[in-house]
Formats: sequence, C-alpha cells, structure tokens
Amino acid sequence: MNVLVSVKRVPLTGGKIVLTDDERAISTRHLGFTVSPHEECGVEEAVRLIEQHGGSSTVLTLGPPEAEEQLRDMMALGIDRAVHLVTDASNEWDPQATANAIVEAIRAEPDPYDLLLFGNESADAGNYQVAIRVAHKLGLPVVTGVKAITVESDQSVRLEQEVPGGRDVYVVPMPAVATVKEGLNLPRYPSVPGRLRAKRKPVASSTPARPQPQLEMVRLVLPPGAGKETEVLGNGADAAPAVVKVLDELGLL
Amino acid sequence: MILVFAERSDEELFRQALAFARSLGDDDVLAVGIDDPAGYSPDAWGTALAGVTGDRRASVVVGPGTERGNEVLAHVAAMLDLPMAANCTSATSGDPLTLTRIRWGGSLLEEAQLHGSPALLTVAPHAVAADPAAESDVVELLSVAPDGGVRVSERVETTTAGVSLADADVVVSGGRGVGSAEGFAVIEELAALLGAAVGCSRAVTSAGWRPHTDQVGQTGTKISPSLYIACGISGATQHMAGCKGAKKLMAINPDNEASIFASADYAVIGDLHEVVPAISAEIRKTRGGE
Repeated sequence: MNVLVSVKRVPLTGGKIVLTDDERAISTRHLGFTVSPHEECGVEEAVRLIEQHGGSSTVLTLGPPEAEEQLRDMMALGIDRAVHLVTDASNEWDPQATANAIVEAIRAEPDPYDLLLFGNESADAGNYQVAIRVAHKLGLPVVTGVKAITVESDQSVRLEQEVPGGRDVYVVPMPAVATVKEGLNLPRYPSVPGRLRAKRKPVASSTPARPQPQLEMVRLVLPPGAGKETEVLGNGADAAPAVVKVLDELGLL
Repeated sequence: MILVFAERSDEELFRQALAFARSLGDDDVLAVGIDDPAGYSPDAWGTALAGVTGDRRASVVVGPGTERGNEVLAHVAAMLDLPMAANCTSATSGDPLTLTRIRWGGSLLEEAQLHGSPALLTVAPHAVAADPAAESDVVELLSVAPDGGVRVSERVETTTAGVSLADADVVVSGGRGVGSAEGFAVIEELAALLGAAVGCSRAVTSAGWRPHTDQVGQTGTKISPSLYIACGISGATQHMAGCKGAKKLMAINPDNEASIFASADYAVIGDLHEVVPAISAEIRKTRGGE
C-alpha cells in the first residue's frame, strides 16, 4: 500500500513566546524546529503500516526551504521519500491555499495513495480543516481525531476515535483520509543508520504560486499575562508545612 | 442573518457560540441543530448546514469550538469553498470581517481578516460568556438523510478506573524532573492522599514513562481542577495550554527561573523527590494528629 503523511514545520516554543519586530511571526532566533505533535504520530503510523503491509510511505510538507530539515528527520524514522512544496517563509499560506496546493501535488504524483494521514490540527495555526478540504477535493472519505488504525484485508480501513466513555469506530473504503491525534502510538527515536539513509532518500520539490489569502493574518498578539502574584512557600522539604497549610486553606484535606 | 450551529455535545459551549453570534450586530440570529436518528455523520451534517446556509442567505455561520463544531464547519467550508476561522475569541462584521482567534492552544492570539461570504467561524471555548436563552426556544432542527455520509459503525465502551483527569478536582502532575517511570511513585502517593488524578507532561509520555491518557497539554487532556500541583515541570507552552483552566497552580521545581513559576500561585523551590514525600508525610502527620 501507499501511505502519505503531511507534516508542518513549527518552532519548538519552549516556555515563553517572543514575537518578531513586525509581529507577524514568532522570533525563532533561539529556537529549534519540529513538526506538530499529532503529525509525529502520523509519521510513526505510516512507517508501521508499511512495515506490516509492504509498499511505500511518503512525507509531504508545504513550507520554506528550511523545512527540508523536517522531511529528512521524518525519513530518518523510516519514511521512504518526500514531497516538498517550497514556499517563501515571509508569507503564511491559509488553510484553503494549503489544501489546494496539497491536492495539486497529490494529483501530480505517479502512484495513487491508499491512505492519506494528517495531524488533527497544526500546533501553531490550529484551523482544523486542511485534511477535510483535501478529502472533499479528492472525493475521499475522511475521519478525524483518529487514535487507532487497522487496515483490513478487503481494502477497507478501521479508524477509531476516542469519545467520552469509549471509542467510535468508522470503517471506510480506501483510499481514505484520516487525521490523527497524539496517543495513536509512541513514536520511535531516529537511529544513526536511519539518519544516514535519510540523507540519500529522494525529495521531490516544486514551488507552487501563493494565492491571495482568504483568511489573512494581520498580526500576532501575546495574550495578557495572568498577572499572578506568586507566593513562595519555601525551599526543599522544609516547605512541606507551608504547603499543607495551603492545602488546608483550600479545603483539600 | 446569522446562523448558529447548535452542536450540543457541550451545552455551555453552544450557548457561548450563541452569545458570540448575538455580539455581531445582526438581530436576526437562528440556531439550527441536526436531527439525525442514525447518530453522527460529519459530512451529512455539513451538507445539511451548507444547505440551510444557502437557503437562508446567512452572512455568518457560527459554531462552537468543539471537536464536532470545528469538524462540521470545516466540511461546510470545503463544500462551499469558503474560508473558515477556527477558535475565534471575537469578531466584527464588515467586508472583510475582522476577527481575533487563538493559536498554539491559546498561548498566542492572531488578528486576522476573513474575505468571502458567508463567513464561517467557530468560537474558542470560554472566550465569551454564555447566552442564557432556553435551548428549546432558539433551536430549529434540520433533518438529514440517514444513509448519507461517513458514519460510526460501532461504539466500543471503555471503563476507566479512578478519577478521570479531565474532571478531577485536584491533579498532581510530574514532568521530566521525575526522571523515570518508577519515580512517579511519590507523585501517585501524594495524589492518593488528596484523592487527586495523576497527570504528566509531554516529555514524560514521549519517554514512555506514562501513557498518553495521563498527558496534560495542548495535544493531551485539558484540565480545570481547583488545584493543580506541577512537579518537575518547566512550563512549556505545550503544557500550559492544557492547564490554564486550573483555578490555583502550585509549582515545585528546583530551577527558580523555570517559566512555570510565572503562572504559579504557589511556588516551592526544590527537588520534587525531596519535597513531594515531605508533603505526603506532613499530610499524614496532620491527619493522624486530628
């Protein structure tokens, strides 16, 4: 089977977000980059599905030239090849433009995909819609928030969602689109041989034109701080009586 | 007119979406729910909502920022090929419509313009006060084709033991500072004494020390306890997005520069392996002395 997994390069934000001077991006001078957490699980699942069923896995991203770093990282985990839709880092793509570019790239691929995996939402923009738009354009079924994937022998796929009190199971024919959530699996760490192999794996690059955004970011704003006054209860084990006094005052004893 | 998608898995969030819609300056607000005896189908529900949006010539469609709210609105957006903004905190009508929405699970806000009509928006949870209207007075039900769309084929019930993380009144969490799976024994002991749920940070689940069901954060469980005790957690935005609903936050960390202290009501500077057992012993002493 052929599995596609889409990822997005995002900064590792750490404890405090600092904006660039033009307030249109997070200052990344001191930050590393990763992909959205849900997508890490999508990549792991793609690798496992190919290990189990045979075939080929592809990772796709729409992002700046530097996003090749994430594509190599994902190939180090076992993904076979990459598709890079290269963008100009200074301008965001909105969800509609992103979905349309991904659809064009999928249509241009030599082989069709059986399963197309996306993160449930990106870590940064979080608009919850790219995968659903791609599914509609390609006329494929889509299930979101997936925490378990089983490919059945009859070319259908069983997709399970966590809901309060249990799991909802969807069984849909492939090809199909699924958005996954962290917790689907525990992603592996890259091996040294995996990293070496990733350097030689193929990346197909193209540079789509950015349409005028319909959802257009004007600027980013840091939310007002909680403005909390922190009461220091003490240092080390000596703080225990003061902690218990607080627990008592809160009615928790 | 403004349409509100009455996705009522969470009544409070639906009422917040209704209040958000009423704030947009058009008195003609209609809430539409879906009457689907066959259960839930995101695309069938999206088809029904897209249909009524056209029939009523709605200028704005608002849904709650629940999983289903975002999902069904995204189907409507895909069907009508219109932009959609998820998890808005405010909006002002106009051409283009201007809005503020959350990014990074609420650690950052975005001001944006949405071009195109009707505007499709969902409302970030707990960004606006709920509308007090009685549900039966405001919701008009739409019927959908029971055989259309991708549908749930089976429901697997699961039983969970102990206090659920999402509903717990007190949560005691451990982070990277716990050091190992075994290290959680002290966290579990304190949690048991307080009748609390045990949580953890993403570093812990990535290391395989705890299951993902214990993870508090942007991509884990979002909690709103009376008291959150964070032990050995630095306070990355990923984690804080999951615990910002806590009424009180107590942080125990050896690094007095840790960013979690900026959000803490109570701080203990120290190694959790010394502090947490001392707190448990002190609770026992206090209770034993009563």
